[in-house]
Amino acid sequence: MLIGCLFELDTRKTIHVLAQQLVNGLTLGAVYTLIALSFSLVMGILGVLNLAITELFMLGGYFGFAVIMAHLPLPLALAAGMAGSAIVAIVIEKLGYQPFRAAPVVTPMLSTLGFSIILQNVATNLWGSDPLQLTDEVLAQRYTLGGVSVSAMQLTVMGATIVLVAALAFVVQRTSMGRALRAVAENRDVARLLGVSASRVTLIAFMLSGALAGAAGVLIGLHYAAITPYIGVEIGLKAIAVMVIGGTTQIWGALIAGPLIGVLEVMTVAYGGSQVRDFVVYGFMILILLLRPQGLLGGSRSDQGQRV
Amino acid sequence: MMSTYSAGLLADVGILLLGALSVYIILATGQLSLGNAGFMGIGAYMTSYLTVTAGVPVTLALVIAAMASGAIGVVVGFPALRLKGIYLAMATLGFGEMVRSLFLNLGAMGGSEGFHGMHHISLGYIWTWAAAILLLIVILERSRVWLDMRAVRDDEIAAGLVGLNATTIKVGAFGFGAAVAAISGGLFAHHHVYIEPGNFSFERSVDFVLAVILGGSTVGPGALVGAALLVMLPEYLRFLADWRFAAFGALLVAMLLVRRQGLLDRATLRAFTLRRAA
Repeated sequence: MLIGCLFELDTRKTIHVLAQQLVNGLTLGAVYTLIALSFSLVMGILGVLNLAITELFMLGGYFGFAVIMAHLPLPLALAAGMAGSAIVAIVIEKLGYQPFRAAPVVTPMLSTLGFSIILQNVATNLWGSDPLQLTDEVLAQRYTLGGVSVSAMQLTVMGATIVLVAALAFVVQRTSMGRALRAVAENRDVARLLGVSASRVTLIAFMLSGALAGAAGVLIGLHYAAITPYIGVEIGLKAIAVMVIGGTTQIWGALIAGPLIGVLEVMTVAYGGSQVRDFVVYGFMILILLLRPQGLLGGSRSDQGQRV
Repeated sequence: MMSTYSAGLLADVGILLLGALSVYIILATGQLSLGNAGFMGIGAYMTSYLTVTAGVPVTLALVIAAMASGAIGVVVGFPALRLKGIYLAMATLGFGEMVRSLFLNLGAMGGSEGFHGMHHISLGYIWTWAAAILLLIVILERSRVWLDMRAVRDDEIAAGLVGLNATTIKVGAFGFGAAVAAISGGLFAHHHVYIEPGNFSFERSVDFVLAVILGGSTVGPGALVGAALLVMLPEYLRFLADWRFAAFGALLVAMLLVRRQGLLDRATLRAFTLRRAA
């Protein structure tokens, strides 16, 4: 990963380098935010960790690449990634979550782990284990703003993330579907008594979550101009840490934690060496789990004991 | 005489069996660990350092590494008491990844280049360890301690009310599991005579969990069935070669659907031993 390690540390340029790293970190953070939102949608509403999200993210990247390689426009690639991953998420909900609804929470997590193993294997067999490279440069032009170079790609990644997060916020906070989602998250039984179809809400939560993961996959594929079947484990797994740091009981914690971890990671790479990166991120996650299980943003919610 | 190839497969079964048992012991107290590859890595690196750099005999190195890893397991087990279910699984996952990245940074042990120089051990040696630990667990399963562990798993509060020390039991299980995982790692290192941090990734932890869930998560010998299944099935079903992971993933989901306790449980084990006795 070539996240800006190519910059010389010259005192004169330190500020510029810092700003440059900030931009790189925010780009990565945008992708983390989307995957972490994908995790926390299912986790916050149903209290279940869908481990297959890591691979939905990877699949989204491949779907998006297929569209870009057919020389179709970028928004179409994003839509294809989102739709493709959402459909796979629906299958996972039907086969991997519904049958285990009454089981202990660890059981559906294990069944989604089964799906993640399947999806990674399918991707490896379909597209090979070597990275799939984008042949022509997409959005390669760069803009320089006061010494900080920002590529059109980075702007696209951040812009698309902002649009998607705004759309999700609208759906969750302003529509009747979103109200049903929040009601089930608050109390599943009471929501059902009030006439909310819990099974429909579950399906929608998985679908939205899959679409977000797919979008993140397309964006990271574009960002690196390459995708491998293993990117889900590399980046998707770390998004679990981002979700935990943001807070698992409500979904918006990811908006803070995503950029924070993205920047923290890029800074660690720039000033501490690339290998300590994962150590720092996962260490942070464990500290949060132990000292502030509700996450950075979470309040002291009364229903927390139920989920833990 | 066995071919090198099948000897290699059997060695893999033995090593995976120990890894699966390390998950099984912790699971017996109701705690799911997704980070046991971390303990395996600790065992692998520590035994390799001891045998290659310090010239310690391999058996002694394994015992030292198991004790050290067990101590680390206890240290990890204490904060883990505060977490349950998914949260514990996520924390252990994080622990495993932290250990892996620690070894990536450990220049003295080769970092990402890996570490080699270990002497190859025999298949019989691996299986002596694997059989001894499986036997130890089967005996333990007939003891009072195991009943206590099951009580803690079934209802921690009730177990506390009848005077069981849930803290000691859960932390102890973590320590024991970590020690067994370390032995698995030490044997892995001296079987493959080369280790790198990538050997002890999340996928390895998943393999352990898979073996336990498929083979049987309520009885010790289930880990043996699971480990054998995971290593041998692709060998017998050659057409599965490219699709073996997908097959195991599907098998995992199917198993959770129709037989959540895994292939082997108390009833099958009893039927099996009775039929043999008759």
